[in-house]
Amino acid sequence: MTRYPRLTAVLVAALCVAGVVPAQDASSPPRPSLSASEDSALEARTSALASSLRCPVCQGESIQDSPSELAQNMRAVVRDQLRDGRTPDEVKQYFVSKYGEWILLEPEMKGLNVLLYVFPVLLVVGGLALVVVLVKRWTTPQPDVQ
Amino acid sequence: MNWKRASIAVMGAVPFIALFAYGFTRDPGEIQSPLPGREAPEFALEVFAPGEAPLARKVGDTISLRELNGKVTVVNFWASWCLACRDEHSALSETARQYAGSPTQFIGVLYNDRPQLGIDWIARMGGQSYPSVVDERSRTAIDYGLYGVPETFIIDPSGRIAYKHIGPITSGVLQTWIDSLLPGAATDTASLLETR
Repeated sequence: MTRYPRLTAVLVAALCVAGVVPAQDASSPPRPSLSASEDSALEARTSALASSLRCPVCQGESIQDSPSELAQNMRAVVRDQLRDGRTPDEVKQYFVSKYGEWILLEPEMKGLNVLLYVFPVLLVVGGLALVVVLVKRWTTPQPDVQ
Repeated sequence: MNWKRASIAVMGAVPFIALFAYGFTRDPGEIQSPLPGREAPEFALEVFAPGEAPLARKVGDTISLRELNGKVTVVNFWASWCLACRDEHSALSETARQYAGSPTQFIGVLYNDRPQLGIDWIARMGGQSYPSVVDERSRTAIDYGLYGVPETFIIDPSGRIAYKHIGPITSGVLQTWIDSLLPGAATDTASLLETR
């Protein structure tokens, strides 16, 4: 409890008006301020997570890379949710629940999505095997058939 | 002809052809929304354009989804820079007026735009019968999985999203859905989703 509540309130109001202290949304609870190191750590986590989310109004860009206003607002949501203590998976699930799995730049490895990861590997292995078999066949001298 | 080789080649090719054929039946631009059928995300947004009597709300009033429980709610996301929004404007405004006496509520949500530009746009379009609210930092738009404007959500009286429409909506679509969701309606909304 401060000793001069009225003075504190006046000072905070003056700072808000001056733009020094950002005013909070009436709907959102006040958030404690972060130290510089906490802020840079949060920024790094935000960037990492935002890089995995697709920008809905761009072509194959993440919300981290896109300069569009919607992408920047989505990035702010990521930051706010991480700051509120949600895990990166919970934040991802929030966006998936709104946009569907399409919002993930890399689909999760489950269900039919497994094919997306396994099929290219199978194709490469199968192709290599075919090349080996054909090269062997071409380089093996054919027995004379008479 | 070596029939064994030919049949192996055909068997190998068929799955790829089937996959491509399936791909051609899909619209790559259409993204299925997971929201229809789920509870509509709550919002409380400030009115910046009042609308017209009898649907008018005071500028500065807050409209929250919670207060609309029991009504069919039409939430239309729009912007003054959106060309397609002009095409649906009169359909929305006139349908809202048509249902003024029933438990329905139309709300316009300004997306990624400045309220003054929205007010000027409404004036140029000859007015809007229902109120519009402003969505600061697009929080509500993101909650509704928006990826462009116009998009319209029709919410049933229990607060569940019944339908999401991407692009300009027509009065026919609005009437069909509202009629099916008003208390006492006989239409099965599942069949509406199948036939749209």
